Amino acid sequence: MKNRAAIAISVVAIGALIGLTACSSSPGTSGDKTIKVTYIKTDAFTALDTLFTKVKTAFETAHPGVTVQLQPVSATDDDYKTKLALSQRSAETAPDVFYEDTTNVRSDADAGYLLKLDSYLAKWNDWSQFTDAAKQAGQGDDGKIYAVSLGTDTRAIWYSKPVLQAAGIAVPWQPKTWQDVLNAAQKIKAAEPGVVPFNMYAGTGTGEGSNMQGFYELLYGTALGSDALYDSASGKWVVGSQGFVDSLTFLKTLYDQQLALTPAEALDPNIWKKVFGELFPKGKLGGTVEGSYTPSFWQKGGSFEWAGYTTDMGATAFPTQTGQAPGGVSMSGGWTLAVGAKSANSQLAFDFMTMALSRDNALAYDNANSQIAVRKDVAADPSYVAANPFVKAVTDLVAVTHFRPATSVYNQISVEVQKASEAVITGKMSPHEAAAAYDVAVTGIATADKVVKK
Amino acid sequence: MVTADVIATTPPSSDRRRQEPQGSGRRPVSRLAKALRMIPLIPAIIIMTIFLAGPIIWSFYGSFTNAALTGPNASHSSWIGLDNYAKLLQDPVFPLSLWLTVLFTLASAVISQNVLGLGIALTMTRANKRLASLIGSIVVGAWILPEIVAAFVCYAYFSKNGTLNQILAAVGMTGPNWLYSFPMLAVILANLWRGTAFSLLVYQAALNDVPPEITEAAMIDGASGAKRLVYVTIPIIRTTITTNLMLITLQTLSVFTLIYVMTAGGPGNDSTTLPILAYKEAFRFSNIGYGTAIATVLLLIGAVFSIVYIRAARPAKD
Repeated sequence: MKNRAAIAISVVAIGALIGLTACSSSPGTSGDKTIKVTYIKTDAFTALDTLFTKVKTAFETAHPGVTVQLQPVSATDDDYKTKLALSQRSAETAPDVFYEDTTNVRSDADAGYLLKLDSYLAKWNDWSQFTDAAKQAGQGDDGKIYAVSLGTDTRAIWYSKPVLQAAGIAVPWQPKTWQDVLNAAQKIKAAEPGVVPFNMYAGTGTGEGSNMQGFYELLYGTALGSDALYDSASGKWVVGSQGFVDSLTFLKTLYDQQLALTPAEALDPNIWKKVFGELFPKGKLGGTVEGSYTPSFWQKGGSFEWAGYTTDMGATAFPTQTGQAPGGVSMSGGWTLAVGAKSANSQLAFDFMTMALSRDNALAYDNANSQIAVRKDVAADPSYVAANPFVKAVTDLVAVTHFRPATSVYNQISVEVQKASEAVITGKMSPHEAAAAYDVAVTGIATADKVVKK
Repeated sequence: MVTADVIATTPPSSDRRRQEPQGSGRRPVSRLAKALRMIPLIPAIIIMTIFLAGPIIWSFYGSFTNAALTGPNASHSSWIGLDNYAKLLQDPVFPLSLWLTVLFTLASAVISQNVLGLGIALTMTRANKRLASLIGSIVVGAWILPEIVAAFVCYAYFSKNGTLNQILAAVGMTGPNWLYSFPMLAVILANLWRGTAFSLLVYQAALNDVPPEITEAAMIDGASGAKRLVYVTIPIIRTTITTNLMLITLQTLSVFTLIYVMTAGGPGNDSTTLPILAYKEAFRFSNIGYGTAIATVLLLIGAVFSIVYIRAARPAKD
């Protein structure tokens, strides 16, 4: 019996070994070339899939013998970035063309994942159509270009006109200071029980979103302005600033006075769906800080179709702390397309990328996804401005917008900011304590010679 | 299931001791024959080396480097000695995470799954057959579910508008948001629900091997039910208890999916056990080296538990 079992096991084991070697032998490489394209596709974000599906057909027709292999990833932004980074570690799995967040361009260029595009771009006529800000978004630490912007975004206050009017606030509404925002929220709370007066995301639940659509609108509107988080001149992270404490205090007031969602709701990663899908359409929310892409959820074909948004909603800049210049604050991010440094067909991959970024394709994508155009010819197109009633308002915010310091430790520091806001809104720490804990954490992450006290 | 069967058929150690001398004393075996007998094991050894020892060695090596998913260290990682471990000791999250891991393992496995598994198994030996098989299939149901499905079921049960709060609402009570207010309680209960079946199956098999004549003799001597359990049943199934404890401890130490789906380690770090912390550091913050250092610590904790249990399983000297 024992012997028979041993024989059986070894037969299975040998079989498995043979199977493994068979699997690892690479598929036959004939003259055909394949371009692998990796990007995000979710039920709420299909615009890029539509674009690539269209470009794939056109590209394969123009280049016989070339196969474009689309590899959509259904995941959150964070999980997508992890998956992408893992695949880029080996030439066998690395995609040729991929969707890349602007915040990762610098660190991924450092990692050697991205192809230096300067010599390719020199021969591409359309490159001159991109705005300077868009060109910078694809720059690495060495000043070379590693990615080309697909579109950008800004952040604004989105408010419900019926809710504000019912509380006696005149529309169009334009708060000048933080206090104006609090005053309006208090009026709404007094006039309309059951309505959430003003939402600002906070805490770790909504991840990076809680900073981009929340804390940074406050922090970048304090006295230090665009150097409030990171001193770009010295390349150091700012600690011990009054603006940081003030920003946390604002959130504390908002949450303590029950002018915002409950802390438990705010920490739910899916709360944004409730904001777009339920609270605004039902007139149960006064206002929130959200991205310029907001209309894409409500317009026809969006995840939360709502025809009434064109008349019920308003968009305006988030004010600076005391109304100081420039009078408004916005944050910008946006995604790019990049070519893998390990790509065996880099010229073909670049050609595929530029076809996806052509005027017509960029226009269709920007309109479908409510992106702010980065090509001058797209921005000038009548259909771009007419895509929804808010395009002009959110595009104007480019004048007061800020970009995140996309260094390789940014993601970790971003989490520390989220932890600080979470500790404050849940009442676990006072703003001073949370700011002090943030300072300790940042000093630990960035090392002591990379922080500066302001 | 498979593991449970294997354990169930393992003879108690006292039997093994009796058999061994007989087997080896049969006839002398030449060295060549011994070597030949090893041949069928070679493929298994190769596979184990590649797929089990390989990752462990790589992880151990990685914990001494600054390997990263992105940034300059992604392409050129270098040896940094014990820096990752030094950083870990200073990390304020680490002590919390260590405590949560121990709490999670002790509360959900060592105490709850173990005691409940034995309790249900004992009850089932006395209950009527139909009732016993009904209870058995309900408990085993949770075990059959794939971990990701079980995790979503628990999320749906404990979430703010989930089943539990709807039941509470039906009787006029307002339940808290369990995953937010009591994240550890929620994941401990979830793991208890999911894992009890394993202990149950192990103990059921062990109790079947308790010779009825011994319990009967004890009963005739006037031992009460509790005394029979403490002085007869438990000593007989002692090795099974330690084996079971070792298996469920190691399983529970590495639970990831259940916690990640239910709370993702939050709110804050309030349910960040070591596997979640290692994942966050390695993949969310791209510090592969640091993440593997945490994984190595987890490995060491598992090793300590194993040594304790193996020592406890040794037959007592009498």
